[in-house]
Amino acid sequence: MSGTIEPMVGRYVHVDIGGEMNRIYFEENGTGIPLVCLHTAGSDARQWRHLLADEEFAKNFRIIAFDMPWHGKSNPPADWTGEEYQLTTARYTETIRAFCKALKFDKPVVMGCSIGGRIVLNLAIDHAAEFRALIGLEAADFQAPWYDTTWLNRPDVHGGEVCAALVSGLIAPQSPQASRSETLWGYKQGGPGVFKGDLYFYRVDGDLRGRVETIDTKVCPLFLLTGEYDFSCTPEDTKRTAAAIGGASVTIMEQLGHFPMSENPEQFRRYISPVLGEILKQSMQSKQGVKV
Amino acid sequence: MSSASNATDVAVIKAFAAIPAFLEQTPALIARGRFLDCECLLGPIGHPFHASIRTGRIVDLTPAPVLMRSWRFAYRASPAAWAAYWQSEPRPGWHDLLALTKRGEAFLEGDLHPFMAHLQYFKEVLALPRQQFAVTVS
Repeated sequence: MSGTIEPMVGRYVHVDIGGEMNRIYFEENGTGIPLVCLHTAGSDARQWRHLLADEEFAKNFRIIAFDMPWHGKSNPPADWTGEEYQLTTARYTETIRAFCKALKFDKPVVMGCSIGGRIVLNLAIDHAAEFRALIGLEAADFQAPWYDTTWLNRPDVHGGEVCAALVSGLIAPQSPQASRSETLWGYKQGGPGVFKGDLYFYRVDGDLRGRVETIDTKVCPLFLLTGEYDFSCTPEDTKRTAAAIGGASVTIMEQLGHFPMSENPEQFRRYISPVLGEILKQSMQSKQGVKV
Repeated sequence: MSSASNATDVAVIKAFAAIPAFLEQTPALIARGRFLDCECLLGPIGHPFHASIRTGRIVDLTPAPVLMRSWRFAYRASPAAWAAYWQSEPRPGWHDLLALTKRGEAFLEGDLHPFMAHLQYFKEVLALPRQQFAVTVS
């Protein structure tokens, strides 16, 4: 309806990441348990707009989605002089922790998709006690590459077009056309080399094989959900990862691909609702002193 | 090239031969390929076609082999892969050209620049038989 205003509010917060001040854009809605949402490589936090606007979830969760530096409305750092952008495991981990610290979140839940799902595993390995629960969408300790990332940033191929065309196949055929187009639009709008730079973490620096075994889900519950049409992080990749982690919850989501929250928000809601319900239940029991 | 051996092979070859006509009925897709001029080899592994593309139109589609005909890149997949790709709701892992290469059901060779620079164009052109093929095999 003309005149409808959505409930989320966007603001900027200045965050010290590794001694460098970054101006980070974030949107939020709701009250309660902080739920920090991480977008996929090469895109931005608009992917979470349906979750942010969810009235039911917003009753118990303070839902927050931020644009990583270099993405969406978070510019590159002011002192950037043009060198190639490369996201590392350390930098990504530090960014999330610094953002949470800057906004003074008390044991937030972090939910990330794709590279966000991978870094969630790293948070579970090294910083589990800081978080109430972790949710990895399209997450695995490693997955086999299926294209050469040098195609993503070269002067004789349109970066936006090729990034979107590559990931278009990761969307389930059943996803609504409008949501598919919106998901791909994010890729068409990414800065030059940013998707490729994010994939440095995914492909080169962030191999977590042999490390996920140390995750203790008693310290922090871990939920992994993967779409059946994701041939980048396949259901088998997620199941293999989860098999090495005692107590990890695994769900394979039907009729969804690599971008569940944006490619088919309604279908994704069916799967994420029970997870958020479980986190809320555990949080309330914990508050009441019930051992969970 | 071997002769088509079963009903799926024959149906896939027939569907492939119809792609230029489907493309002519899809002006938005021709417009997407308006800067593309390319010779390529496309189709089922045992029975590919030489395709000549000019400003987004397939102006010639000839079954291989053609004596000394060159091509810049080739995308060839098993007949079973094409049949699966052309279902109205393809199964997971059979729903994208690069999903097929990842699973070893298709092969991408040669100078990939025209393919990558027009990736969405080729994904959509090679999906054109989908509606008709799904009806044919059902």
